[in-house]
Amino acid sequence: MASFEETGPRTPVVEPTRVDKVHPRAKLGKSIRVILTVIVTFIMIIPVVVMIMTAFKSRADIVTPPPKVFFQPTLEGFLYLFTDRSVLSPANLEAERANPGNLNYWQKLALSVGQQINGPSDYVGRLKNSVIIAGTSTILSVILGLFAAYAFSRFKISGKDDLLFFILSTRMLPGVVVTIPLFLLYKQLTWNDTHIGMIVLYTVFNLSFSVWLLKGFIDEIPIEYEEAALVDGYTRLQAFFRIVLPQAVNGIAATTVFCLIFAWNEYAFALMLTSEKARTAPPSIATMLGSGGLEWSAIAAGSLGFLIPVAIVTFVLRDYLLRGVTFGAVRK
Amino acid sequence: MATIELRQVEKKFGDLHAVKPLDLTINDGEFIVLLGPSGCGKTTTLRMISGLETVSGGTIWLNGRNVTWLHPSDRDIAFVFQFYALYPHLTARQNIAFPLQAQGESRAKIDERVNEVVKLLKIEHVLKAHPGQLSGGDQQRVALARSLVRRPAAFLMDEPLGALDADFREVMRSEIKRLHVLQNATTVYVTHDQIEAMAMGDRIVVMSEATIQQIGTPTVVYNDPSNLFVARFIGSPGMNLINGKYADGIIHMAGMDNRYVVPQEWQNVLGKGLNTGREIVIGFRPESAQINDHGELVGKVYASEMQGSSAVLHLTINEKDIIHIRTDRLIPYPIDTLVHFDINPRMVRFFDAETELAFKPEVSQ
Repeated sequence: MASFEETGPRTPVVEPTRVDKVHPRAKLGKSIRVILTVIVTFIMIIPVVVMIMTAFKSRADIVTPPPKVFFQPTLEGFLYLFTDRSVLSPANLEAERANPGNLNYWQKLALSVGQQINGPSDYVGRLKNSVIIAGTSTILSVILGLFAAYAFSRFKISGKDDLLFFILSTRMLPGVVVTIPLFLLYKQLTWNDTHIGMIVLYTVFNLSFSVWLLKGFIDEIPIEYEEAALVDGYTRLQAFFRIVLPQAVNGIAATTVFCLIFAWNEYAFALMLTSEKARTAPPSIATMLGSGGLEWSAIAAGSLGFLIPVAIVTFVLRDYLLRGVTFGAVRK
Repeated sequence: MATIELRQVEKKFGDLHAVKPLDLTINDGEFIVLLGPSGCGKTTTLRMISGLETVSGGTIWLNGRNVTWLHPSDRDIAFVFQFYALYPHLTARQNIAFPLQAQGESRAKIDERVNEVVKLLKIEHVLKAHPGQLSGGDQQRVALARSLVRRPAAFLMDEPLGALDADFREVMRSEIKRLHVLQNATTVYVTHDQIEAMAMGDRIVVMSEATIQQIGTPTVVYNDPSNLFVARFIGSPGMNLINGKYADGIIHMAGMDNRYVVPQEWQNVLGKGLNTGREIVIGFRPESAQINDHGELVGKVYASEMQGSSAVLHLTINEKDIIHIRTDRLIPYPIDTLVHFDINPRMVRFFDAETELAFKPEVSQ
């Protein structure tokens, strides 16, 4: 009889030798699922694609029925969006067209539709407001939420459940309902149309969400990790930063994205409580509808520009997010 | 290294008295095992020593220093957890170095100490891996290395082998025992496994219902249990316990008309302060009974088990009690045969059925 040494493989087996047989019906089921996913994704992405196309269409192309799929792309929409222009009189137009030498790309583009650039539009400032307000309030609500969630998760707090319920209850009515009282309150505080006012408002609104979400994530981290750090010579604060924080990173990422999306997209409060100085992008895109005809390409360009920051943040955090949005349902 | 002293230490969780006031002195270099069923307060006691749990009363002394209200990090003790508690985001090596970083040691010093313990535990090959990639045994070895690296005054271990496979537990048991001998560090070890306790402890503290039942070496706890709980809990199977009534040097048992003549040296003890006819419990270990055709006690075979080196007979005695006898006669006994046996008179013990306490033998001068 041959010994094992003689019959066994002579070289290490690196490839898996098992052949997995899948039932044809299971294969069919899988491909149906994939096809369905593709179809759903396609349907979901159509409005975005239309928006992106519209942003690069000329005024004439936008209104042509049926909608053109192939067209000459132009940055006209962005010109309308980002600049303040005035219509040139025929005489001035002639003069400008005579020597286009020292004009930059945007000025030439404006000239081609018979206008001249007077300066940047309000939208630039509003996008900046959006970044400041949404960014700051997101960072604040995640940081404050993290500490509160940690305390709720780890310490004995009398009336803990009631407090948590109270925090959640701030979410139990639509925010719009309280806009009038808030408006009056902010008027007293002279916080109307200020960055600080909007940052505080969005932070407060996001805080309940971030406390609850982060508490779930911190609950998932076994307390033994911190206890081990405590007996190993660390203070609680050190243990928090060196042990809890790295473990909670998925939860923090998920919370950040959700808070950012809320603060970034918020419309009703921004419309009511801001006018000029602290106005954010969402209400200002809407007001474009009203002033001087429907500049569809400008609206599409504005929405596109508005979409990009959130898309970037989500993309950067996507790895954490995938694990984060399962809300700790899957054990590592 | 360290002595640990608990004076009237207790713990209450609301209405629940998790640990009733207890005194315990642990000597320098001793391996103490806290043994008891789950919920008996052994883990809580350990956590109070570490400082992870505050005491509700009493004081804790480490090397003569009152540490009762000291932060865990200031007590100079190491804690080994049942589920290892290795930091998942750090590699094994970073885990081991972690306690040293808290002390602000230099990089060279850290490397030196880490290499030292790594060699001691023979885990050189796992250092670059993250805890999730390691087997349970290797995880516990890394956790042990992490506790050793700081050279703490005392080690506290909370069921460190509880999460391991049975056959691997024995390997780790001998490793921990060997480490203790090499380091000669004061160790408090919590377990509910009495075999582990017998194998490892210099002394065993048997706990039940929030109090200490007995403190003693494994031999003492095994041979001279202080009460019925310890008698039942220690040993596998536990001590055989038979109820009977004592009168004039003889214990009468109900049912099968068994009578047991109490050895001479016990007669005075049992006779003292006992009303005639009072309930007594006879206790003896399965290996202290000898099968003998002319034995004074008799039982009916309920089942017999071959265990390789020995066999265990389960006998029904006095109709309701089942006792176990270990025998090296590897012959099967048919069910319901009558088996006669004697009890080694030096190994028999007696308990008061009412107070459940053991009778103390008279000290022969």
